Amino acid sequence: MGHAIGRFLTTLLLAALCNTVLADLATDTGPAPGPGLHDILNQLASRSFDDKEAAIRQLAEQDHPRVVPLLNALMNRDLVQHRDSGAILLGRKNSDGWLLLDPVSEAEQQQVGSRDARPVVINNRLRTVINNQLALRDLASPDSEQRYQAAGQLIGNADPEMLSALTARRAKETVARVQDRIDVALNIATLDNDDLAARLNAIDALADSLHPAAKNALRDRVAASDNPAEMRAAEKALARIEARIERYQTADTLFFGLSLGSVLLLAAIGLAITFGVMGVINMAHGELIMIGAYTTYVIQQLLPNSHEWSLLIAIPAAFMVSALVGILIERFVIRFLYGRPLETLLATFGVSLILQQAVRVIFSPLNRTVVTPEWMSGALEINPVFSLTYNRLYIIFFALAVFLALLTLLKKTRLGLQVRAVSQNRTTARAMGIRSERVNALTFGLGSGIAGIAGVALAQLTNVGPNLGQSYIIDSFMVVVFGGVGNLWGTLTAAFSLGIANKLLEPMAGAVLAKIIVLIFIILFIQRKPRGLFPQRGRAAEE
Amino acid sequence: MRDSTFKSAFSDRTAKTFMGVLLGATLVVTLLNQFFPPDSPLHVSAYTVTLLGKYLCYALLALSLDLVWGYCGILSLGHGAFFALGGYAMGMYLMRQIGDRGVYGNPELPDFMVFLNWSELPWYWQGFDQFWFAALMILLVPGLLAFVFGWLAFRSRVTGVYLSIITQALTYALMLAFFRNELGFGGNNGLTDFKELLGFSLQSDSTRVGLLIATSLSLAMAFVLCRWITGSKLGRVVMAVRDAESRARFVGYRTEHYKLWIFTVSAILAGIAGALYVPQVGIINPGEFSPLNSIELVVWVAVGGRATLYGAVIGAILVNYGKTVFTGVMPEAWLFALGGLFVAVTVFLPQGLVGLVSQRWAALRKQFPPKKTNNDTLTPAEGEAP
Repeated sequence: MGHAIGRFLTTLLLAALCNTVLADLATDTGPAPGPGLHDILNQLASRSFDDKEAAIRQLAEQDHPRVVPLLNALMNRDLVQHRDSGAILLGRKNSDGWLLLDPVSEAEQQQVGSRDARPVVINNRLRTVINNQLALRDLASPDSEQRYQAAGQLIGNADPEMLSALTARRAKETVARVQDRIDVALNIATLDNDDLAARLNAIDALADSLHPAAKNALRDRVAASDNPAEMRAAEKALARIEARIERYQTADTLFFGLSLGSVLLLAAIGLAITFGVMGVINMAHGELIMIGAYTTYVIQQLLPNSHEWSLLIAIPAAFMVSALVGILIERFVIRFLYGRPLETLLATFGVSLILQQAVRVIFSPLNRTVVTPEWMSGALEINPVFSLTYNRLYIIFFALAVFLALLTLLKKTRLGLQVRAVSQNRTTARAMGIRSERVNALTFGLGSGIAGIAGVALAQLTNVGPNLGQSYIIDSFMVVVFGGVGNLWGTLTAAFSLGIANKLLEPMAGAVLAKIIVLIFIILFIQRKPRGLFPQRGRAAEE
Repeated sequence: MRDSTFKSAFSDRTAKTFMGVLLGATLVVTLLNQFFPPDSPLHVSAYTVTLLGKYLCYALLALSLDLVWGYCGILSLGHGAFFALGGYAMGMYLMRQIGDRGVYGNPELPDFMVFLNWSELPWYWQGFDQFWFAALMILLVPGLLAFVFGWLAFRSRVTGVYLSIITQALTYALMLAFFRNELGFGGNNGLTDFKELLGFSLQSDSTRVGLLIATSLSLAMAFVLCRWITGSKLGRVVMAVRDAESRARFVGYRTEHYKLWIFTVSAILAGIAGALYVPQVGIINPGEFSPLNSIELVVWVAVGGRATLYGAVIGAILVNYGKTVFTGVMPEAWLFALGGLFVAVTVFLPQGLVGLVSQRWAALRKQFPPKKTNNDTLTPAEGEAP
């Protein structure tokens, strides 16, 4: 890669060579040559790595704009020694050998054969020194994100020689998370100090850090120490760190459980409407989720330049498309089968096969990827061992928002009242003047539309493919049946408890076995309480 | 009294016709395969023989589902699980018969166990080198699972949709379990590479014909058994449970016992179907447990017409023949056709093809009344599913 760039630059420079005016311009605008830098660089010609290290440190201390490019050049083996003069120059490899440039002004000096110059050799220790020095310079950057990254590089790598410079930087630092990282780096470096009191202080300070490098450094200290007090302190600090890591791992598991629970909630909640409220077993529910996911994909394809906010269009669009498909299914199939739940199961399963195959024909059987917008990628880092990924975090809130919206719709609106009336007693509802046919179609559309919204969310987590829906249908039914049919709060409880139970079992039993255990648990639970966690009370449950 | 019912099953016209058609067709296929040279236009290839054998296994499976769904109203979406378990029991026997002819040449362990570095046979594989033991397990394992599952489910009165969904969960859980290598059933790949059954090479034409005859006889016997069950007093109670379960309970029948009994018998029949299926197709893998298979099975029965027994057989053969033709000619269209079939049958043909034909037949009779009165009707009492 470095060579490729080098070659590219060479061609550019060769082109420039034809134009002497340009070449002159380049020399004129370059920074004034600093003889000091040349002298320091020439020390790199030494064969001893210690001499080279001294030269690198000296170079890094210079206040000159060329320092960072030169350190990078050394890392990339772009600094070469000219055989005849012994001078250290910038070398660009080309087809004829080396094009040598002045390291400070980048002015071209001469073209030599490939054997007339050779790169300055560095080893891993020197690479660490260079990286540390680069990081130390980055710590002065005005960009806090760059300072944060630089401090991360220094953790576990900072050497005792850097302590004073680092301490000075720490005093100037204002951003808390950068301060924390510099502290950890300082304390780890102090562990190699000769002063026992300083070491003990550092151990105490490190006990509060969760950074993996801190744990490793403390472990090394326990092994290397010959002082019992220090050893005890280090062991205590290690124990404290490990206990905290364990606690955060539990929190992590719970977060993943909540995240899985919210996915289950989104997938199941539409089913809770069509199955719970209407008594229709909609096996095509998974495919309605899939249609929502594909709608997201299509919208992204239609608006290729606006991935950031196309999701906001996708949500209502997926609702509309899935709801429309749902209403069509209701009008053309389910309408004829009310009161025969087993037959709705068969017919809608047929519909699901047709929808799946249709998607395969239209979009190909291959998976499609949906681009995750910038604001949903990345993670909220709480500490080095515990972070919450934004997409899962948003989906938890999104699922709860959809749930509350649906609950409000059913409890507070006229349509909701009609839906509940028809589901409780169709004949009486009709006698009261409710157009039950229309209510049925709208309810089914509502449940389907919510499946579509679930598809938008799922598209952010998994691949969008024709089998997307199938993998959620059994889980969704389990959630609805476990929570108690016809009870939205039951669905909520069931989704989150199954999600968390699944993730808690996973570390112990593995993903597949955890799922099997949960399934068997549900099967046995249904045997004991056939109506689920929260059975519907009253006459409607007697059927 | 039961003996006389059993005898009457043999004198039963439907059973006679069914057995006549089935065994006659089998005989013709056998003769065409064995006594005509391969280049003769009348020759039936070994491939066709095996294909027919496969259809008959599906027919037996459909028959077992019709017994619980058509007559008892239990829509099991997990019957594929019993089929697969029977298949696995047979597969284990066939695996043990391979002996040291496997890729690794281990006389004791099947190839996949050698591959997994297992040093000895797990306890549940013991005994499967004996055919009688494997045959016992083919009946016992699906039967026992159905008994335990049914006992738990029917006792706590899990009915209708709930039962359908938990049977589906059952087969789904089994599928996930059998996909695991640690379970010791070959994981993803299942059991395959079989060499011989009872000493007969599975590759030879005569074994294939033999398997077709065995399947055909099993189907005929299962049909007679089902006719006998549904014609007996017990069968009447089962149908009463289907039509009005609480009423049957109030009259004094322990409905859960009847349901459990019929469910277990049906599972055993499904297991036999699976055991006959495996040597003919040469492989059994966890895919057989997939919920999709079980639902497809329901469609065979629905297409043929439930609660008639022969309807299920006709449906299974027709749909699978359609599948063979479609997937050969235009594979993309098969799922559209199957899906359309689901919808069309449930919406327009609640009684299936058999129901359609007997309706037309009745209409024809009304138009052209026969000269001599003959009240012998083919269709048994038809009940609406709950």
